[in-house]
Amino acid sequence: MLGTYFTFTELLIWIPFLTGLAAIFIKNEKSVRSFAFLSSIATLAVSVVSLFYTDFVHHPEFFAYSNVSYVWMPYIGSSFSVGMDGMGFLLTFLTAFSYPIIFATTFKSNYKNSNAFFALMLFSQAGIMGVFVATDALLFYFFWELALIPIYFLCSRWGGEKRIQATFKFFVYTFLGSLLMLVGILYVYVHTSSVSPDSVHSFSLHAFYNSYLTPNQQDWVFWLFFVAFAVKIPIFPLHTWQPDVYEQSNYPAVMVLSGIMVKMGVFGLIRWILPIFPSAVGKFDHFLIVLSIIGILYASCIALYQNDLKKFVAWSSIAHLGLMAAAIFAVNKTGLQGVMVEMLNHGINILALWIVVDIIEKKTGVRKISEIGGLAVKSPALAIFLVIIAFANIALPLSNSFVGEFLMLNGLFQFDKWFAAFACLGIVLSAVYMLSMVQKTFYGKTNAFAEKVGKLSMGQSAILLVLVIFILILGIYPEPVIHLTQSTVTDIMANLPVLKK
Amino acid sequence: MDAIQLIYLVPLLPLIGCLINGLGRNSLSKTLVGIIGSAVVFIPFCISVLIFIAVSKEGFTTQTIHYFDFINIDKLRIPFEFQIDQLTALFLLIVTGVSFLIHVYSISYMKDETPSGFGRYFSFLNLFVFSMLLLVLGGNFVIMYMGWEGVSLCSYLLIGFWFKDHENNDAGKKAFIMNRIGDVGFLLAIFWMISSFGTVSYHDLFNPQNGLITSLSTINSPEITGITLLLFVGAASKSAQIPLYTWLPDAMAGPTPVSALIHAATMVTAGVYMVARSNIMYSLAPVTMACVASVGIVTAIVAALIALKQNDIKKVLAYSTVSQLGYMFLGLGVGAYSAAIFHVMTHAFFKGLLFLAAGSVIHAMSGEQDITKMGGLGKKMKITYVTFFIACLAIAGIPPFSGFFSKDEILSATYAQSPLLYVIGVGGALLTAFYMFRLLAMTFKGKFRGTAEQEHHIHESPATMTVPLIILAVLSAVGGFVGLPEVFAKNGNKIGDFLSPVFARSTQIIGEHTLPHQTEMILMIVSALLVIIVSVWAWNKFKNYSPSAVTTDNGFVKAIKNKFYIDEAYDLLFVKPYRSLSAFLNNVFDKKGIDGIVNGVGKGVNYGSRQLRLLQSGQVGSYLLLMVIGLLVLFIIQLFTK
Amino acid sequence: MEIKWYIFLAIALFCIGIIGAITRRNSIIVFMCIELMLNSVNLLLVAFSKMHLAGPNAFGPAMATSGQVFVFFIMIVAAAEVSVGLAIIVMLYRNTRSIDINFLNRLKN
Repeated sequence: MLGTYFTFTELLIWIPFLTGLAAIFIKNEKSVRSFAFLSSIATLAVSVVSLFYTDFVHHPEFFAYSNVSYVWMPYIGSSFSVGMDGMGFLLTFLTAFSYPIIFATTFKSNYKNSNAFFALMLFSQAGIMGVFVATDALLFYFFWELALIPIYFLCSRWGGEKRIQATFKFFVYTFLGSLLMLVGILYVYVHTSSVSPDSVHSFSLHAFYNSYLTPNQQDWVFWLFFVAFAVKIPIFPLHTWQPDVYEQSNYPAVMVLSGIMVKMGVFGLIRWILPIFPSAVGKFDHFLIVLSIIGILYASCIALYQNDLKKFVAWSSIAHLGLMAAAIFAVNKTGLQGVMVEMLNHGINILALWIVVDIIEKKTGVRKISEIGGLAVKSPALAIFLVIIAFANIALPLSNSFVGEFLMLNGLFQFDKWFAAFACLGIVLSAVYMLSMVQKTFYGKTNAFAEKVGKLSMGQSAILLVLVIFILILGIYPEPVIHLTQSTVTDIMANLPVLKK
Repeated sequence: MDAIQLIYLVPLLPLIGCLINGLGRNSLSKTLVGIIGSAVVFIPFCISVLIFIAVSKEGFTTQTIHYFDFINIDKLRIPFEFQIDQLTALFLLIVTGVSFLIHVYSISYMKDETPSGFGRYFSFLNLFVFSMLLLVLGGNFVIMYMGWEGVSLCSYLLIGFWFKDHENNDAGKKAFIMNRIGDVGFLLAIFWMISSFGTVSYHDLFNPQNGLITSLSTINSPEITGITLLLFVGAASKSAQIPLYTWLPDAMAGPTPVSALIHAATMVTAGVYMVARSNIMYSLAPVTMACVASVGIVTAIVAALIALKQNDIKKVLAYSTVSQLGYMFLGLGVGAYSAAIFHVMTHAFFKGLLFLAAGSVIHAMSGEQDITKMGGLGKKMKITYVTFFIACLAIAGIPPFSGFFSKDEILSATYAQSPLLYVIGVGGALLTAFYMFRLLAMTFKGKFRGTAEQEHHIHESPATMTVPLIILAVLSAVGGFVGLPEVFAKNGNKIGDFLSPVFARSTQIIGEHTLPHQTEMILMIVSALLVIIVSVWAWNKFKNYSPSAVTTDNGFVKAIKNKFYIDEAYDLLFVKPYRSLSAFLNNVFDKKGIDGIVNGVGKGVNYGSRQLRLLQSGQVGSYLLLMVIGLLVLFIIQLFTK
Repeated sequence: MEIKWYIFLAIALFCIGIIGAITRRNSIIVFMCIELMLNSVNLLLVAFSKMHLAGPNAFGPAMATSGQVFVFFIMIVAAAEVSVGLAIIVMLYRNTRSIDINFLNRLKN
């Protein structure tokens, strides 16, 4: 099938994977960096080109779940099948868009064993892409781990002093979740019917959607999947790995983790949990939403207290993702649509926020909020960018997050008025902690650390400008993104007859 | 070409101005920035005038102009659309007009800023005008919400304009967060509308033919009551009503023209606009109406009481703004929508004027704001003095200045509803007269009480500052004549007639309360006389003010001086518990609780393995023994489970 | 002769083997005791195989003979084990001048 536009999905995996292999052998730091950057640009190009085929009216077949399928392990009913739908496209685009920017931020920093560093980064990209396009449960699991393992090495080899400890915690958390998910996958697998004469059961997405689990079985298998995704997102109370890892790791790895990898959890909830376990979701929805809302308020409270910029961003991210999880479990069109939009927007916003934090740390050498002050005088451009990004983060209208949060809260409101009211408290609290951070670091009198800060370099301004333009465009005209993902939402909702109470 | 087709230019131009001034703040000269900044407001003002003329023509019907779909999901469709009717046209005129004057005024007022600061200031100010116009023009509640939060943002940026001082930043942050609380109410109301009616467009909800809400006739249905109450939470925070008013006095930390524009003339009246815009819903919910009226009257009185004892010239004006906004809400609450809008208009004139004049005073006093250190300025600053005087007459409600007519219209509508509220309202008006004339006398009369250096520096402000003052003074003086009560002239209430299509359905629901002309006349004369008496009394009392020896205040006066300790109470009730909760959650709950459990599992495994390791003694004999024991155990199990 | 006598004998041999292996410290003796246990199992296998061959069984004659085949397997494994084990003991002796089994706990470190 090579040569038709179906292969785009495959290319998105193969380009980073093969270039990652090649990158190992490039010893020169500068060239490996450029090589990785070019590779990610190539991936982005493929993703952008594939956008032209996402016009559902003219190319409905492009958005079929399995548009590329190879024989992989026929005797157990697993095949190498990948495909895209609106949500898949959105997330692969986010991944393809984020990596060049992440690589661009590394141009000024040095990493030991840079060939290994960039190779691992590219492998993680391949894994993440795979997660978003896999339409076979075993393949999904395979990519899930492929994404996780490079990140584990990235975090444990390049970062702060306590990185080993933090990464170990992260690894135990996520690996425990993954293994539980594997058990769950196998359990669902034996309850599927075959799609080919070679095997009794099948791992394909369609077979999983049509598996014959009784409600009682669903009730407990659901948790096996849920834990894996909840750790990634993270949903309260499985969040404690995140602040530690974010604090200790290097910036590119953290950007990947918080910008894209957390979306794997959200994606998993929508792609794998909602359609496979509808009755379990219907049964536990109140509990799960309460958990998510507690997460929002809890993380917002703690974010105010943080003195470390990295931890601060980590907690604010937990708060935002709590809202996404809540909106997913409210299971209605508006809410899901909001989650779709917000997945892209949160990725962009948090990336921008990390870049600002990275610049601050590079320029001042510290990242304690209490030690920095008055940066706005020294670097007005950075201040403007930060203010825009901060306000995008607290979902000001005409910034991208507003659309997502508006729809998500709206969906939650349709589910239950009081839940929405409590979740809305989160948007007040987000203003409290964000503005406090902006005030403490950027306003006030310049102190000794801030004295050192000069103007932004052209490269840094360009990166931030790109992100800010995205923030504004998506805030003013979000309709294309909504339109793109509408078919996914409709599909999911159509597969959920049980949930309608 | 129809002026209405040009409507998109009205918000677009200020936005472009914002971008030009913001991006070019380091390269453009101050003069150029000032000209661009003012021009992008002046052109929309001209368009607004044309629109106003078009709207006031006979046979005009509400027009909705649709640009693109903002959100379109399933049945929910939220377009980006503008709606033009009488209310919008009037607000457009007020917003662009007053904004233009204040932009011009700002050119002189901010001339000491660095060029980049000057550019930033005008960029923010233009952004504010853009947001405010979006708020007013929006054809549905979501667009209004965009403008609504946009003005919050600009208010935050402009209050903290001098960001090197953390006090300003704190004030900005407080304003934004308190507004955010109201925004939550607004947002929930929008959600409720979506889930109940499936739309947020004014056209679908309120159009006179088949609007979803217009066709409702059930009074006090839970949805409508809920929605209106939530909307009112939003309005109360934006328009600084009890209990969310404390941000407004603090907001005076910003530059004075900003206080005039945002915190007196335009932004704070957004709440009134919102309630007036959704008047049909309010009319269907008498419970909410009662709530609005009582919050309004209590705010009017409390803020007026606090204003009595303030010594900061801007703080007095801020509390006076809160109090006047209270009157507007009282008007809305008793169903006198057009009277409230009338008051918004006159208030924009005289309060904008008061702030600008105060700015002129502060400018002359080199930044001094304490009126106990002023005095006698009237001799040196003739124009400022006269214009301030006119504004005082207007706000105090002395006929025939504008404030008299608008306030009187609200109060007579209140009398028709409840004479008790009327009496309280008049009481508030007397307080207003008292503190305003106290302010006037202490600032402009008597002996100068500041330092010699300041006295030497006092001068009349340049023309760019005084011309806006004069224009506003004229408007404050004569602006009331567009709303003459029926008593004086048949069909004299031009503004009421102009707005009547917007409120037609509400009038139907509530019914029109008209007082007998005789009663109205008597009330008017009595209240006017009382106000004049109080004004003269205050004038004489503070004409020759001199700082007296320390006097001990009794409990009530002390409470007033300390603003009823509301800020302290909020601090104690919300801010401190929130901070300690945050610390508790971080240090105890998360670190010791959740992370403790997680680490506890890890430690448990560690400990267990250390204990189990002891079994590996290395003694071959013990291994064998264990093996045998194991075998025996299995054997026994096998034996007994059969 | 009834099968039970074979079983008794095998159990007796096995117990002697266990007790010897547990209590003695001389590694040669321990080794011999292990062989003893193996051989008791061999004995049982042969006995059962003979018994099944005599009467009909569920698996047919092939299954019965397989017991005897197992014995050969075990003998081969035992021989291999002896060669390795004795080599270890010799090395142990060379290094420590003793064949006390408790010396082996040094392997722990």
